[in-house]
Amino acid sequence: MSAPVLEAWNISKRFGSEYAVRGVSLTVEAGTAVCILGPSGSGKTTFIRCLNHLEEPDEGYVFIEGEPLGFTRRGDVFQQVSRRELPRQRRKLGMVFQQFNLFDHMTALENVTEAPCKVLRRPKAEAHAAGMALLERVGLADRAHHYPRELSGGQQQRVAIARALAMEPRLLLCDEPTSALDPEMVHEVLQVLGSLVAEGMTMVTVTHEVGFAREVAERFVFMEGGVVVEEGDARNLTTTGVTEERTRSFLAKVL
Amino acid sequence: MRRNVGTKVLGVLAAALLAFFIQGIARNSAVQWRVVGSYLFSGPILTGVLRTLLITAVAIVIAIVLGVLLANMRLSRNRVLQAVNGIYVWFFRSIPLLVLLIIAYNFSLLYAHLSLGVPFGPAFVSFTTTHVFTALTAAIITFGLQQAAYTSEVIRAAIMSVPPGQVEAAETLGMTYWGAMRRIVLPQAARVALPPVANETINLCKSTALVAFISVPDLLYSVQEVYSANFKVLPLLVVATIWYTVIVSVMSLAQWWLERSMRIDRRVATIAVTAEVLR
Repeated sequence: MSAPVLEAWNISKRFGSEYAVRGVSLTVEAGTAVCILGPSGSGKTTFIRCLNHLEEPDEGYVFIEGEPLGFTRRGDVFQQVSRRELPRQRRKLGMVFQQFNLFDHMTALENVTEAPCKVLRRPKAEAHAAGMALLERVGLADRAHHYPRELSGGQQQRVAIARALAMEPRLLLCDEPTSALDPEMVHEVLQVLGSLVAEGMTMVTVTHEVGFAREVAERFVFMEGGVVVEEGDARNLTTTGVTEERTRSFLAKVL
Repeated sequence: MRRNVGTKVLGVLAAALLAFFIQGIARNSAVQWRVVGSYLFSGPILTGVLRTLLITAVAIVIAIVLGVLLANMRLSRNRVLQAVNGIYVWFFRSIPLLVLLIIAYNFSLLYAHLSLGVPFGPAFVSFTTTHVFTALTAAIITFGLQQAAYTSEVIRAAIMSVPPGQVEAAETLGMTYWGAMRRIVLPQAARVALPPVANETINLCKSTALVAFISVPDLLYSVQEVYSANFKVLPLLVVATIWYTVIVSVMSLAQWWLERSMRIDRRVATIAVTAEVLR
């Protein structure tokens, strides 16, 4: 049996003496989607940022297809990798941010083709064609030559998804992908993410959209105070379906 | 209404004063405009102008490249790099430019020979300092190194103005630190840094007149050489003044043009208009 796409072991992260995340583990098999829910300040964003070492965990390891992120394995010894090696390992993980973080000085298409051209050294024409196909995929081929500031929030987020997909990641991390959007734009972004999962994309999403989690994800993880309170089948995400009282009271507030 | 009348009166008065002043210089016989005209485009003067431009251009390029490095040292989490940057900026901001210039000119007193080789080991090539380190190179290096201390702070501020999310996005796409710096951060920082850096370039250009102290034949020194021979001091200083004014004006124009072409919304507007026309 092949290794899971992602395996996080006992991840902890401190800011000062405060634990933001304490001993969280997560396994994600290929082709599955996991949603992380929880009140603000529960450590879910810090945790997802630990998964690609945007925050370096103080304790614990992240394995991508069996390979420890940030380390090389020499027998039983883990050796920290150089600053050049980490970017190479990270390519397997795409990320979509709450604030989109599109490159402001580049058009939508340039945003999508930048990394394939400069990191993977793909020929320009090839990257261009692939980029257009991806923009088509998220329904924005007609906005290819627009700059981020000319696009709505929903459109920017869809470009950001296309940009992450351009690196052909094994796993897509989404950190509250719809939290910065106006309500009428939430749907278009969730629809794109949902169709990706339907096509077999492996995904970890931090979200407040319980309906989306129930519909699209296989599993949910509920975090509070930096620890996992409950995890289970995403279809059970109702006030009667969950077992923990804290999960139930959270769902009662957001549903 | 009343304020409007007041400003108009002031405007007319200012214009009259300016006209009076210009007329006063233009008709002053001591200026000897004919002499000014005959030297304005003469060989030695033009060579001097070119040399002033050369020193300015090479020095500002050194300052920007070194400034980017120094800014990154300062922004690094490595304490040693931060300290090296701190000492550099402190040192070069502490010494008057003229003092530094004269020290550089006498660099051979400090080190008579320069060698390229293994530290404390054998040397591959060795030069006599005075051969490599001419007055001109001494000047260029001095201005470049000192300007870098100031420019690095401007560049640091500009880099900090780029939202951290931009670097994070680049990192998640597999870019290295310097890859992200070059492709994502610096192009956006450049828009912020351009006005102050242009300002510094103009300032630097005028400061290069100090090289006259170490006999580098720049614009001012060339003018001095001519008037020390023919004693037409004032007309030749007017020649220098005219050239410095022209150089700075061209630089200001270049700055205006660069700033305009860097404004993204403007570029977008142009593209949109072109698209409309083509349709």
